[in-house]
Amino acid sequence: MKTVFQQSPTLPTDYTVAPGKITTTTGKTIRTEEMIINMGPQHPSTHGVLRLEIVVDGEIILDCIPHIGYLHRCFEKQAEHMTNYQQVIPYADRMDYCSAITNEWGYVLAVERMLKIEVPERVEYIRVIMAELQRIASHLIAVGTYAIDSGAYTPFLYCFIDREKILDLFEMTCGARLLYNYFWIGGLSHDLPPQFIEKAKEFCKYFRPRIKMVNDLFTYNEIFVKRTANVGVLPKDVAINYAVSGPQLRGSGVNWDLRRDDPYSVYHKFEWEPQVGKGEIGTVGDCWNRHIVRMREMEQSVNIIEQALAGLPSGDVQSAIPKRIRPEKDAEIYVRTESPRGELGYYIISDGSTSPFRVKARGPAFVNLSVLPEIVRGAMIADLILIAGSIDIVLGEVDR
Amino acid sequence: MVEFLQNIFTNDIVITVLLSAIPLVFIIAYVLVVLYTEMKISAHIQDRLAYMITGWHGVLQPIADMVKLLLKEDIIPERADRLLFRLAPYITFAATYATYAVIPFSSIYIGANIQLGAFFILASSSLVVIGILMAGWSSNNKWSLIGGLRSAAQMISYEIPTALAIIIAVVITGSMNLQDVTIFQDGGIQNWLIFGGPFPLTKKLLLLPFTIITFIILFIASIAEVNRTPFDLPEAESELVQGFFTEYSGLRFAMFYLSEYANLFVVSAVVVSLFLGGWSSPFGSFMSGPVWGIFWFVTKSYLLVMLQIWIRWTLPRIRVDQLMHVSWKVLTPWLFVCLLAVGGILVMV
Repeated sequence: MKTVFQQSPTLPTDYTVAPGKITTTTGKTIRTEEMIINMGPQHPSTHGVLRLEIVVDGEIILDCIPHIGYLHRCFEKQAEHMTNYQQVIPYADRMDYCSAITNEWGYVLAVERMLKIEVPERVEYIRVIMAELQRIASHLIAVGTYAIDSGAYTPFLYCFIDREKILDLFEMTCGARLLYNYFWIGGLSHDLPPQFIEKAKEFCKYFRPRIKMVNDLFTYNEIFVKRTANVGVLPKDVAINYAVSGPQLRGSGVNWDLRRDDPYSVYHKFEWEPQVGKGEIGTVGDCWNRHIVRMREMEQSVNIIEQALAGLPSGDVQSAIPKRIRPEKDAEIYVRTESPRGELGYYIISDGSTSPFRVKARGPAFVNLSVLPEIVRGAMIADLILIAGSIDIVLGEVDR
Repeated sequence: MVEFLQNIFTNDIVITVLLSAIPLVFIIAYVLVVLYTEMKISAHIQDRLAYMITGWHGVLQPIADMVKLLLKEDIIPERADRLLFRLAPYITFAATYATYAVIPFSSIYIGANIQLGAFFILASSSLVVIGILMAGWSSNNKWSLIGGLRSAAQMISYEIPTALAIIIAVVITGSMNLQDVTIFQDGGIQNWLIFGGPFPLTKKLLLLPFTIITFIILFIASIAEVNRTPFDLPEAESELVQGFFTEYSGLRFAMFYLSEYANLFVVSAVVVSLFLGGWSSPFGSFMSGPVWGIFWFVTKSYLLVMLQIWIRWTLPRIRVDQLMHVSWKVLTPWLFVCLLAVGGILVMV
């Protein structure tokens, strides 16, 4: 059988920046040739195996075509082939490996809502603590790698020192440092270890000054501000049209956070605020505003963790669930949660058997990445790196 | 120095070869030291330890790195321009090495005591661009090409402020020979050009602000000349992979590395001999003399190299257009102001 390869999309002709022209002494205009460069899949700052086909005129980018799929691991198909619902959780972990907890939470929450299971309050509190710790860890990776993208190596290591402390907390709780399988349907795999609360409080106390330090060193650095302010501006309407979510959407000035606007768990019990880009430096929606949203969100997460630790109720960490999970026939559900990258949704259809008939994951990084060509046209190669970095993609979740 | 060697050897060629080999020995020893200190400084800035296993606190690591580079497979990309590809690292290194000829290490040692020393440094450090462009072009890699072009644009742009700053020093001292410039500043820290030079107090105070500005600009421009952060665009790792030497491996890669670090010393040495008194002791006649001269010269240059390393591990990188903006619209006009002011003061006061 003949294999037909799909051709790469044709290049648009309506460039936002006109291709360079050289006028000769006789008055003739010569159009300079554009160059097509392959950026990735093995490139230091594509954050994984993303491949960007960029058309450049000198240093200016005329077009950018992302090619994805190098990390495709058939999450959805595998989920259908499991023998029960619980077995999907480790696979959900592996989607966005930088924030595994929030991924498994989304899936677990969807199944619980499908089965109409109520989980004990202690479980909800622990889940919130874990998810917020994970959010900080994930944002630390985002901020740290963003520093590398912009050429500063030191903030990256500062961020990783702090992330290491969070991973230690996770290791203490469930033995794993990256992919946890800690949230189970109807509860948790096991309770928190006795020293956890004290250690977590210590971390919160330690972490606040560290945020300020990274801000002083990096966020308000003159060169960094020059590099990111007014670069890659994503206007509000474009962001909404592309269904962008998470810090990227909030960076564009849209006050939308699913933890508040589509409430789940116990987030309503805590005092915290979704952070939006205010444009005090640069314009709303540029790279710097996306970055500062992440920095501020980390502070908010520390607030939530401290409140949750203070109000942690006692009780069981497993609710009574049937041994074999069988949702009703033809039951379907879509549940969305706020992962560190944005709206993470799971759409599950049941056929009445012990395994899901269909699991569809709506990955925020995938959707957020789709807006990239829109905002890089007319920028420079150096800007492309920073714009792609500010989107904070995790290729594991883009390709799934 | 020459007389000393003439007493031992009678053949002039042997003496010339020996004299010109001294900087090479120095470069290799110095690169090992700087590689080690850079790794340690960066590690301590970043709250980590760096090498700890090879030798005491990893002191043998730079040697191990060098051996590793020498033993590596030498790869030439299939469709590269082989001649240019092979030639590029050597041209780059030779151009850097040539500048050592006119650097006055001590009152008795300068490779070639020519009258146009400062001019020679500018000329031969411009040759580095040719090697870099050759490397970028011949690698048959688009990232290398962009890196090479960026590098050429950057080095040519920053030649202007460097040259202007050197001219200011030349205007004050009245000589292009770096040895003479150093002798002019001899006699203690107060005579250094950065502090206004050995003039009567009023003249000195008038010159002071302009010489300090010139010194700072020369230092900034010299960081840009050697492609270090925040001006490391030609080899911007996160953008261009490794820039013009992406495709190089083994010994040729080592040559680029060596010339980069050698260049780092050259620019510091130029700043030191023009503005910081060269080999002269900061305490007047105390601790001065030919051997102390080498000590002071290397120490001062080394401190500037440390400063560059410190800057490198703290700051992000600037963008191409901002780089050009800094050179043409900020540094150059300021230097013109300084040049006019210095000239005016020298004539009138």
